[in-house]
Amino acid sequence: MSEQAPILEMKKIRKEFPGVLALSGVDFRLWKGEVHALMGQNGAGKSTLVKVLTGVHRHDGGEMLLEGRPIRPDSPLAAQKLGINAVYQEINLCPNLSVAENVFIGREPLRLGRIDWKAMREKAREVLGRLNLSVDVTRTLSSCSIAVQQMVAIARVLDSAAKVLVLDEPTSSLDEREVAQLFKVVRKLRDEGMAILFITHFLDQTYQIADRITILKNGEFVGEYEAAKLPKLELVAKMLGKELSEFSQASPGEGEKSRTASVSAGELLRARGLGRRGGVAPFDLDLDGGEVLGLAGLLGSGRTETARLLFGIDKADCGEISVKGKPAQIGSPRAAMALGIGFCSEDRKNEGIFAELSIRENLILALQTKLGAFRFIAPKRQVEIADRLIRELGIKTPSSSGEAKQLSGGNQQKVMLARWLATDPGILILDEPTRGIDVGAKLEIMEQILNLSRAGLGLLFISSEFEEVLRCSGRVAVFKDKALVAQLAGPEMTESGIMRTIAGGR
Amino acid sequence: MSRKGLINLRSLPSLVTLGLFLLMFGAGSLSFPGFFSLQNFLNLFIDNAYLLVLAVGMTLVIVAGGIDLSVGSMLALSTMLSSFLLERAGWKPGQVIPTVLAVGLALGAFMGYMIHAFSLPPFIVTLAGLYLARGLCYVVSIDAIGIKNEFWQGMANARIPAEAANSVSPSVIIALAVVAAGGFILRSTKFGRTIYAIGGNEQSAVLMGLPVARTKVGIYAISGFCSALSGIVFSFYTLAGYALNGRGMEMDAIATVVIGGTLLTGGVGGVVGTVFGVLVYGTIQVLIMFQGTLNSWWTRIAIGFLVFLFCLLQRVFEAGRGKSGKDGSAGPASC
Repeated sequence: MSEQAPILEMKKIRKEFPGVLALSGVDFRLWKGEVHALMGQNGAGKSTLVKVLTGVHRHDGGEMLLEGRPIRPDSPLAAQKLGINAVYQEINLCPNLSVAENVFIGREPLRLGRIDWKAMREKAREVLGRLNLSVDVTRTLSSCSIAVQQMVAIARVLDSAAKVLVLDEPTSSLDEREVAQLFKVVRKLRDEGMAILFITHFLDQTYQIADRITILKNGEFVGEYEAAKLPKLELVAKMLGKELSEFSQASPGEGEKSRTASVSAGELLRARGLGRRGGVAPFDLDLDGGEVLGLAGLLGSGRTETARLLFGIDKADCGEISVKGKPAQIGSPRAAMALGIGFCSEDRKNEGIFAELSIRENLILALQTKLGAFRFIAPKRQVEIADRLIRELGIKTPSSSGEAKQLSGGNQQKVMLARWLATDPGILILDEPTRGIDVGAKLEIMEQILNLSRAGLGLLFISSEFEEVLRCSGRVAVFKDKALVAQLAGPEMTESGIMRTIAGGR
Repeated sequence: MSRKGLINLRSLPSLVTLGLFLLMFGAGSLSFPGFFSLQNFLNLFIDNAYLLVLAVGMTLVIVAGGIDLSVGSMLALSTMLSSFLLERAGWKPGQVIPTVLAVGLALGAFMGYMIHAFSLPPFIVTLAGLYLARGLCYVVSIDAIGIKNEFWQGMANARIPAEAANSVSPSVIIALAVVAAGGFILRSTKFGRTIYAIGGNEQSAVLMGLPVARTKVGIYAISGFCSALSGIVFSFYTLAGYALNGRGMEMDAIATVVIGGTLLTGGVGGVVGTVFGVLVYGTIQVLIMFQGTLNSWWTRIAIGFLVFLFCLLQRVFEAGRGKSGKDGSAGPASC
């Protein structure tokens, strides 16, 4: 394979967004007839690299060569004309049109100046046949399964002179049978000489399909490996930017303290067989008062989906939850709040802070929601509550009436935490509370988490940083490929333990 | 969109509309002597030709997921311009008609450009167009201008024999030609299919490499053209230009399109349904006229009721479509 020149070569690609260096000197090579997996954690730069390749973004430095010639596509259309096509997770087709039309729209066969529907249907059948897919091409796309829609998206791309095919998380909403069907098609295309760039969060799938793996971390190139020669554990380690030798020394850290300090205040939350199709496989989870339970896993492993189920944002389609020993129905966030559950989203900007509102208003929100809109909290009382929370959590602001957007990331995170504390919750779910804030603020947040658990709260702490999870948690639930695969406690609770669990398969 | 596709959910709403029309026309025929006649049926077209022209343009806009609130005012502006140029400026019909149509096309294209280039909501931009065009009417003339031009008078009085003693006006021929053109565009041209794609998912349409910008400007230009043409047809009917013409007519056009089964969310619908929608609208008016004691405002109440009903119907269809889509979306987790 390597004897030939690569069909696509990206050299020292640099891409800068205002304030962020998304890619700093990333190399990527793709050969004809291979499936090349691009791996990396959140913020590694995978999607930016793909967007540069497909003409959504333009690179600021480095060069791209397609069949030895430099290219610089400035739109998805320009990239398509060069033979570079992408199929995304959120399928970019028109749900209201027929299967045949989705394959051919934009280049419909014409006859006497009008669209030749018959010819279009025939050609569509032919192209889909190449993918071993027999489907009524006159069906409306929205009536087809996601897997079929995925194939239609691929078929659309095939008809033009495609050289490079980018599959961005194509399997994230498919079941096993559908994944197998898709992989069959991918292998077929590979054998026909297509160069395929494959992105997935599923480690096992990577090994099933990929010939070669390129790993990115924080916008930097980590390395290019042959899949067969890269052990899974090493892949996980490289994605996290650790050396294998580091693991052995990793200590349980301060989690030990919280464990000893915690006086069990009784069972708070118990989930049995809770799951959601397309979200997370059924799992059992227990949380006691005064306990911090860490949820660890790679991006897309099902951590956030679990949190969303427990807070009622997504509805579970099976399983039971009980809160404080009583069976509970959590059908909405409101219901969850009534049961004393709070949730800080990982998406601070969009799902957390109201940037235009004052800090005080941000702090009062959840409490007001809990009380209902008609039991208005008097302004004086609002100020009291806000000032107390600002003091207790050490939010750095001159006054509670400033706009929330003026706060630093760490202080915004504290505001979100404080917002829930105002409602006096029994259970707090924190999804990536330490993401994107500086080290000092991280330590403060973690200190708060431990304080709260000492006060008897049950906390679920989600983080991509295994160190942080270990430092705060008394137990760790490990997620992989949308399922809870193990719960670690005591001496098993080390970074290497988590990684081995993730690498070890279900 | 095969023969099989013609009886699927997409065309079901317009079949419901056809059924409704037949039901209403049948009920009228049984209740009122003299109601059931070919001429009475043809009169529906004669009396609503201008609305049909307006509604065809509106259908294109709504299929693309947009809305055009300016059409009523544009119609008024078109009647004002026509009458002014004919009567005050002394232009010939051969000059007036192309000019008026060009003005409509240009104003529509301008609104389309604003909507696309600055990603403004069509609702707001065409609302601005509504005020602008209505205001321009008064710039042309504050008073109504009667049209005495021979060609216009001729078009108003001419009757084209349809069958036996029955006949239609030239306006009907114009309206039907517009319907045919609209149908052809939507069904058989790349431009038309792009309209459906934009209505289905605009983001996808862009990523699929379709000419979204050009198409969006195009549909508002066509809607502008249709409202200008509709104004000319309207002035054949009324033989006057008046700044208060066509007030609220944009709502009539939207209502007939919705009753005709085109989804307000875009992506589904067509001009055949719109024809049925206009027929239903016309029949309600005739029924109320024949009934004799009801105020003509009852037309509005009936239309309002029907729009509610059809929006509800659309929701049911959408829910049906959504469900069938979700069935297949199984995830890796199963219970």
